[in-house]
Amino acid sequence: MSLKIVVLAKQVPDTRNVGKDAMKEDGTINRAALPAIFNPEDLNALEQALKLKDAFPGSTVSLLTMGPGRAAEILREGLYRGVDQGFLLTDRAFAGADTLATSYALATAIRKIGDFDIIIGGRQAIDGDTAQVGPQVAEKLGLPQVTYAEEILNLDKKIRTITILRHIDGGVETVEAPLPLVVTVNGSAAPCRPRNAKLVMKYKRALGAQEKAALMQNGAELPYADLYETRPYLNLTEWSAADVDADLDQCGLNGSPTKVKTVMNISFQAKENKSLTGSDNDVEELVVELLSNHTIG
Amino acid sequence: MANLYTDNPELRFHLQNPMMKRICELKERGYADKDIYDYAPRDFEDAIDSYDKVLEIVGQVASDVIEPNAEAVDIEGAHCANGRVTYAQGTQVNLDAMIKAGLNGVTMPRRFGGLNLPVTPYIIASEIVSIADASFDNIWSLQDCIETLYAFGNDEQREKYIPRVCAGETMSMDLTEPDAGSDLQRVQLKATFDEENNCWRLNGVKRFITNGDSDIHLVLARSEEGTTDGRGLSMFIYDKQDGGVDVRRIEQKMGIHGSPTCELVFKNAKCELCGERRLGLIKYVMSLMNGARLGIASQSVGISQKAYTEALAYAKDRKQFGKAIIDMPPVYDMLATIKAKIDAGRSLLYQTSRYVDIYKALESIAMTRPLTPEERKEAKQYSRLADAFTPLAKGMNSEYANQNTYDCIQVHGGSGFMMEYACQRLYRDARITSIYEGTTQLQVVAAIRYVTNGTYATILRELEQEPVHESVKPLMDRVVKMTDKLDAVVARTKELTDALAAPDAPVDAQDVLDLLSRHLYEIAAVTVMSCLLVRDASAAPELFATSAQVYVNLAESEVAKHASFVENFRPEQLAAYRR
Repeated sequence: MSLKIVVLAKQVPDTRNVGKDAMKEDGTINRAALPAIFNPEDLNALEQALKLKDAFPGSTVSLLTMGPGRAAEILREGLYRGVDQGFLLTDRAFAGADTLATSYALATAIRKIGDFDIIIGGRQAIDGDTAQVGPQVAEKLGLPQVTYAEEILNLDKKIRTITILRHIDGGVETVEAPLPLVVTVNGSAAPCRPRNAKLVMKYKRALGAQEKAALMQNGAELPYADLYETRPYLNLTEWSAADVDADLDQCGLNGSPTKVKTVMNISFQAKENKSLTGSDNDVEELVVELLSNHTIG
Repeated sequence: MANLYTDNPELRFHLQNPMMKRICELKERGYADKDIYDYAPRDFEDAIDSYDKVLEIVGQVASDVIEPNAEAVDIEGAHCANGRVTYAQGTQVNLDAMIKAGLNGVTMPRRFGGLNLPVTPYIIASEIVSIADASFDNIWSLQDCIETLYAFGNDEQREKYIPRVCAGETMSMDLTEPDAGSDLQRVQLKATFDEENNCWRLNGVKRFITNGDSDIHLVLARSEEGTTDGRGLSMFIYDKQDGGVDVRRIEQKMGIHGSPTCELVFKNAKCELCGERRLGLIKYVMSLMNGARLGIASQSVGISQKAYTEALAYAKDRKQFGKAIIDMPPVYDMLATIKAKIDAGRSLLYQTSRYVDIYKALESIAMTRPLTPEERKEAKQYSRLADAFTPLAKGMNSEYANQNTYDCIQVHGGSGFMMEYACQRLYRDARITSIYEGTTQLQVVAAIRYVTNGTYATILRELEQEPVHESVKPLMDRVVKMTDKLDAVVARTKELTDALAAPDAPVDAQDVLDLLSRHLYEIAAVTVMSCLLVRDASAAPELFATSAQVYVNLAESEVAKHASFVENFRPEQLAAYRR
C-alpha cells in the first residue's frame, strides 16, 4: 500500500537566537532582524513522513506551507530531503491570519490536494507557540488527531490503522488511530535527515512565481530560463485563495477573531500540571485563571 | 547555525581557484551529462555552485551530527566480537547521516550513481569531516579506494561494486602484514587460483587494517608462487558477502578510537583479481597510496583547524593577570603560528588536489577515447606534479597537525592536560597522521628526487614570475630568496655526494644524501608553501594577509636552520649519527 502524506510546515523567524533588535517598539516581531527558517518541529514532522515513505515504497509526501513568496524556500528545503511536491499557499487575502484563519486556509488547500491518508505537522511554531493549527485543521476536516507524537511505531495497511508513541506528562503512551488522521509531532522526536546531495543539485533552481518575478525585476533575464520549460518540477506551485476556493471572509485578517490589544512582558513560572475534566465548571475555572494571568484576554 | 564549511571561508576560497575551470571541463567532459541526469551541471558556474552546495551539506552534517558525537565515539570506540566489528554508536549514526545525505561515491561517475565531483571538493569534504571527528573521516573517506577499482578493475567489476559504494557500502585497503609495514614487498598473504570454482582464494593474515570489516576490500596478496619481491604481488577484491575473512581482534590505540584497526584472518576467502597479475604493488598500490596520502593530508589539516578553533576560543575566554591570555604575545604567537601553518598547509593540500584532479580526469577520459597529444602531455605533466606534491602535502600537514595540537594544549595550560577538553583527543588523534599511509620519513624518500632534480625549484621559479598584488611583492621577494637558498643547498649536497662517488670513498654517498634529505625536504616544502600562501594572500588579502606574513617569517627561519645544517655538514660526521 502506498500512502499519500501531507506535511504542514511554516517559515518562521529564528527566535532561538534573539538579539536586542528582535522586537519592534510596538511589541511585534522584527522579521528583518531574524533569519527565516523552517519551523524546527515541522522538520521533526517531515522526518516522520519521510520515514513512512521509506517504509512504504510508492508513497508520496506533499509539503504545504502558507506565507509570502519567499516561503518557497520551505518547499525547496522539503524537496532537498525527499518531498515529492510542494504547495505554497500565498495570497494577500491570507495575510494577518490567526490560527483559526490559518487552519481554515490550510484545510481548503488539503482538500484540494485530496485523497490523503496522513496529515502531519509540527506541534507548534516557534514564533507563535500556540499548538493550535494542527488540531484546528483536524477539526475542520473532520479527522481524528494525535498530538504530541514522538514516533510513528507501526502502520497496519490492511485495517488502515496507525500506532503512535505519544508524549504525555510524566511519560509516554501508545495510541492507535484510524486513517486518515492528523498527527502533530514534538521537537523531541527524531531529528530530520540532512539535505541530500543529488536532490539539492536537482532542485536548487526550483522557484515560485513570485521569486521568479523578483529575479526578473527591471528586465533582468531569469538565469537558466529554458530549464523551467523542460523541467516542470522546477516551477513551484503557488495557490491563491481563489485556487483553493477559499471563502475570503474566513481568510486572513477578515477571518481572524484574534486581536492584539496590548503586548506585555511576562515571565512564566514553573507550576505543577493540572488535570481538568470537560465539565462546564472546570472550563469556566480555567478561563477565569487564564484571563487573570493575562494568558488570554 | 554552525556549519563547518561556511564557518571556514578559506575552504570556499580554495574551491574557487582559477584552475577549477579546467578541472570542471575535464571532469564534466564538456558538461555532457546535463541532459541525461537531472543533477548534472550545465556549465562551469553551475558546477561550482553545485559543489558549493554539496559542501554546505557536508558542513551541516559535520556540525549537527558528527562533531557532537565525537567525544562519545572517542570514549566508546569500536567493538569486536565473534569475528565482526561493531562501530561506536555515534559512528553508526554518522554513517547513516552521510548515506541519507547522499555523500558516498562522491567522485564516481553518475552512471554508477556517483556525484561525479572532482577530487578537490571531495578533499575539502574530507577536511570538513576531520574537523568534526578525524576518526570518522577514516571510515568515510575510505570510499576513495573505489578510485583504484574504477581505474584498474574491469567493466563487470565496476558495474558490480561502484553502485554499492555510491549507496554507502564501506571499503578498506588490506595491505599491511605483521612483517610487511613500510616494506610492502614482503607481503605474504597467499593468493591461489581455485581451478575447480574458477576463482582466486586468499589465505593468511593482515594486520593494522583500518576499517578492516568493511563491505568491499582491496587486498594485496602474493599470487606468484616462489617470488619474494613486489613483482609477485597482485591486487584482489574481496566481497564481504562471500565470507571467509574474520576479524581476529582490533587494536587498542592511542587515538582515532572510532576507527577500528583490525587483524584479519583470510581462510580460503573467495576473491577476484583486480587488474593484471604482478602489478598489485608496483602500480595499483602506488595509486591507492597516493589517494590515501592526500586523504591523510586533509585529515591532518582538519585536525589542525579544530585545534586552532579550540585554542582560540579558550584564549579569548581565559583570563590571567587581569586580562584575556589571547592579548599576551607568547600566546598570540602560538595562535598566529598555528593559523599560518594551517593556511600554508591548505594551500599546498589543494594545489596538490588540483594537480591530481587534472591528471585523473584525463586518465578517466582515456578509458573512452584516445587522448590528443596535447592532452597526453598535460596528463603527464600533472601526474608528475601530483607525484611531487603529494609527499610534501602529506608529510608537512601531518607534522603540522602534531605541532598544532601540541600548541593547542599549550594554550590551554593545565586544563589542556585534563581529559575534559577536546584538545587532548586532537593531540592523540593527530599522532598517527605522520605514521600511517607512509611515515614522514617515507614521504621524504618519495619527495627527495624532486628536490635534487630541481622539480620544486622549477615550479617555484614559474610561480614567482606570475604577477601578484603590490602589497605582497615584498613577501614574494623573500620567497625568491628562499628558492635561491634551495638551489644553493641542493648544489652543495650534490658537491658532497659527488665527492663521495669514488668506490673507495670513506663514506657512502647515499647515506649522506639520506641523512640530509629531511633537511632538503623541509626547505623545499616551506618555500613551496610560502609561495602558494603569498599568492593566496594576493588574491584574498582579507583571508590570508596576516598568515602570509607570519608564515614567511617562520619559513625563512626554517630555511636558515636547515640550510645551516646542510652547509656545515661534513661526511665524516656521519659516524657520530650512526648507531
